[in-house]
Amino acid sequence: MMDRLRERKPLQFLLLIVVFLLMYFLIGPSENNWLWRLPPLLKELPSMINSWVNYLMFDWWPIEVYDPDIEEYEEKPLFGQITRSISGFILFLIEFIRELLLGGVKTIVTFTSWDWATENEWARWPALPWTVVVGGMALLGYALSGIRLAIFVTLAFTYIAVFGQWEPSMKTLSFVLIAAPVSVLLGLFLGVWAYKSKTVEAVLNPLLNVAQIMPHFAYLIPVMVFFGIGDHAGAIATVIFATPPMVRLTLLGLKKVPPEVGEAGRMSGCTDRQLLYKVLIPSARRDILIGVNQVIMQCLAMVVIASLIGAKGLGNDLLIALNRLRIGTALEIGICIVLLAIVLDRLSLAWANKQTDYFADLSFKERHKHFIRFLMVFAGGVVLAIMGSFIFKEGFNYLYLIPHNKGITTADFWQAGVDWVWDTFFYSLKVFNEWFIVDVLLPVKKAFLGMPVIATFTLMMGIGYIVGGMRSALIVGGFLLFIALTEWWDRALITCYLMTMAVLISGSIGIIVGIICAQSQAASRFMLTVCDTFQTFPSFIYLIPVMMLFGVTDTSVLIAIVVYATIPAARYTIEGLRSVPEALHDAGSMSGVNRWQRLFTIELPLSFPHMALGINQTVVFALAMVIIGAMIGTDDLGQLILKSLSDKEGVGNGLVLGFCVAFIGLAVDQIIRTWANQRKAALGMA
Amino acid sequence: MSVQAKTSANPVIRCESVYKIFGDNAESMMKSSGGVVDAAKFQEAGCIVGVNNASFEVHEGELLIIMGLSGSGKSTLLRCISRLTDSTAGNIFIEGDDITKMKNRQLIKLRRNKMGMVFQSFALLPHKTVLENIAFPLQVKGISTQDSMQRAKEMVDLVSLSGRENYFPRELSGGQQQRVGIARSLAIEPDIWFLDEPFSALDPLIRKEMQDEFLRLQNSLNKTILFVTHDFDEALRLADRIAIMKDGIIEQLDTPANIVLNPATEYVRKFTEEVPREKVLKIETVMDAYDPNASMSDLQVSQDAIIETVAESVLNAGKPVAVTDNSGQIVGAVHAPRLIKMLFGNHKAAATEQAA
Repeated sequence: MMDRLRERKPLQFLLLIVVFLLMYFLIGPSENNWLWRLPPLLKELPSMINSWVNYLMFDWWPIEVYDPDIEEYEEKPLFGQITRSISGFILFLIEFIRELLLGGVKTIVTFTSWDWATENEWARWPALPWTVVVGGMALLGYALSGIRLAIFVTLAFTYIAVFGQWEPSMKTLSFVLIAAPVSVLLGLFLGVWAYKSKTVEAVLNPLLNVAQIMPHFAYLIPVMVFFGIGDHAGAIATVIFATPPMVRLTLLGLKKVPPEVGEAGRMSGCTDRQLLYKVLIPSARRDILIGVNQVIMQCLAMVVIASLIGAKGLGNDLLIALNRLRIGTALEIGICIVLLAIVLDRLSLAWANKQTDYFADLSFKERHKHFIRFLMVFAGGVVLAIMGSFIFKEGFNYLYLIPHNKGITTADFWQAGVDWVWDTFFYSLKVFNEWFIVDVLLPVKKAFLGMPVIATFTLMMGIGYIVGGMRSALIVGGFLLFIALTEWWDRALITCYLMTMAVLISGSIGIIVGIICAQSQAASRFMLTVCDTFQTFPSFIYLIPVMMLFGVTDTSVLIAIVVYATIPAARYTIEGLRSVPEALHDAGSMSGVNRWQRLFTIELPLSFPHMALGINQTVVFALAMVIIGAMIGTDDLGQLILKSLSDKEGVGNGLVLGFCVAFIGLAVDQIIRTWANQRKAALGMA
Repeated sequence: MSVQAKTSANPVIRCESVYKIFGDNAESMMKSSGGVVDAAKFQEAGCIVGVNNASFEVHEGELLIIMGLSGSGKSTLLRCISRLTDSTAGNIFIEGDDITKMKNRQLIKLRRNKMGMVFQSFALLPHKTVLENIAFPLQVKGISTQDSMQRAKEMVDLVSLSGRENYFPRELSGGQQQRVGIARSLAIEPDIWFLDEPFSALDPLIRKEMQDEFLRLQNSLNKTILFVTHDFDEALRLADRIAIMKDGIIEQLDTPANIVLNPATEYVRKFTEEVPREKVLKIETVMDAYDPNASMSDLQVSQDAIIETVAESVLNAGKPVAVTDNSGQIVGAVHAPRLIKMLFGNHKAAATEQAA
């Protein structure tokens, strides 16, 4: 009996579930029963973190600093001074770019003083007319790639200008133009370092894991404490969030460079530095470019979240529009964010793929043609703007800067659409919504909350043990223990309930859609493009349409999560099925399988490990969206994180809550990844 | 190319008891072994012997081929000599300087001025065009863009890739990619040319074409060459001398003819068994003493001629054919019966006869 049990995993699972159910029904809720809920031994952890952070910021290592205001030396803590100077530097850069685009006085003030700037009325940096920016960007697109990119860029930026989102968009752009390069460089540096040193890689790896699953909000709080509130804080939070994938992909790319290419570089007489910059990094450029793309996407995904700690621009406006339920406006702003994302992505891609012609014997005019053209565009734009000042004598000069919300708007149209949908489908939607909440969501939620802590541990650690042995069981157990010892176990269960529901729905939809699309080449390619496009949208965008239809309910959150989290499930399913070798298809055909047999006996078993990784991504995506869902009202961990944002002593709470969320993700990740890797090794695909 | 190994006082490459042992405790194992490396014993200790006591010399203008099956340590030996990997023990002298003791800066200088290397998988930089790839070693060296591009253009012509300067590697066939690899390795005009299985990844027809191309290049350039291959036919076709490796040990190092005629070990014999003699041996190996009184054909053949290339005309001559040396002096005569025996008879008998 024991031997049979040891060998048959399905039997082990069955036994595990029986034990779990027994515990579930036998152990009832009671205050002091440790089998029901563990005591919150880590309750003090948040306040410990708070006092530690306070010590670091205000007491640790005082140094003498000259204060120009009181013209005296003062004792100030080192750490605070460091963060202050970083903030100042980043803020200066953001303001500088912003004033190049929109005009202003702050850059001049930095080099002089407020008094001087106030006295000298002429000392204002004028804004670039929007026509010049559009023309300049189009020229850039043309120079880097060609006429198609130029046309796209022109259309995108003209949309932004004409729809009256010029100012917030340029504010957002100036902030992204700092955050993205910093993330790319930092990620590249760390990736290269990890490539050169095994120790660094070993240290970075778990940090990256946590950083990627940690909810966005959780970063904001420590950033806020250390760096204050404003555009710079938004930029720093964005950098922290956007750097990990860049590190990952740099490392991955460098590792994939064939050893012979490195040897060829060394035999060509490269120094270490030349080898790195001229051979290894360019050879790894495919993956590094994917990294750059990810950074840009993450930056724009953070636009909204960063506005919570004071980043100005589109994110802030979107947040306000969402809060006021102005769906039409939110939609228009959302489109602006997506357009910015795509433009930046295409431009960076084109820049990396640019070719040089060495033998073209160029005249001065040819060589500097882009610059000359820009000067022409600049002159043209300025002339237009001056003409504009005569045409639009009263009100706004539309040829100079189109003021915020003074452009064309279709918001009313969308609003009308929403109203129409409401009027028409109100009852059917309401009936569905109520049924879904009362008969599906609430019972599941109750079932999750009714789970004794010992049962949860048994189930998760048991699965870990069956899949990956003692090691996995202990890792999973460790993650759970941390959460169980905080005072937020019940909240975590609610997060898990939303996540589980979302993963079940997204997983099924994604896998079914994936399987159907994978049957034909054209359908696969179409679906992968759809996935790409959807992933480009910042996750916030998904909240807009569902709120239009389902209002502020759990249903909305769940549907938004499902839309977002279905992407990886579908993508990985298609990739997995399409990568089944042609020879196996042929072998199957010659064995006389029909379509269904081929799917179930050849394709699915072989692609299952890859699909499992897709589910793993679905979990990560779902978790991220659950937390963002807090913005439209849930009562899980995300809500608490959101609350600690506005709490003066919120660092400790925010961080611990963030870790709770990250650990849920990491526990699931541990199980799925171990299983997938084992399967891949068993199938000889590792 | 000359047949005989040139003996000059200053070999271009000289290896003295070179060892390469892979494994964490390679150094200590090497020290305790006292110079006698037993592969089995090392394997027990978790070490893998890559190169085991290799000693040989390569002379100026010579083409030495290192032949061996996969895992025989041939590429490892090449990488020790180019110092892409550090050898565990032994000395390797490049033009008299010990490369194993060189500082990084010296090594880079040496590679920038004296060495070129061709790789099995071509190892082209994917982000650079044909022209940029070829110019790469020059640019790394600090030569101006204009000059290096000019030079690269010449190299493109040399390897017959004109018109494809601005193609990317991915847009080229395997043979074309390796032409780029060859052009890149020759761009700095190296004295020493390393080729690591350069044609192994190519189709048989292309491989033959590339070998011809390689011989043409070598005839005009006359570099000192270390060439690694697993293809015995290729080795016979190209080499001045061949080193046959097995399990890290050089089993035999000799001219192709001598290896075919006198395999030193059973392992080498297995390779030579199937080799058609007439494709390897020169006419001198079936030559008899010249009898001035005999009636000779008008035909004369060089003693260096490969038998296959002249057999038909010699047999058609009807009479014995005189054999001349490089200076045109008659040094012997070929008689049809011995040639026929060589071509169609028992190989071993022919070989034995020659040896006797």
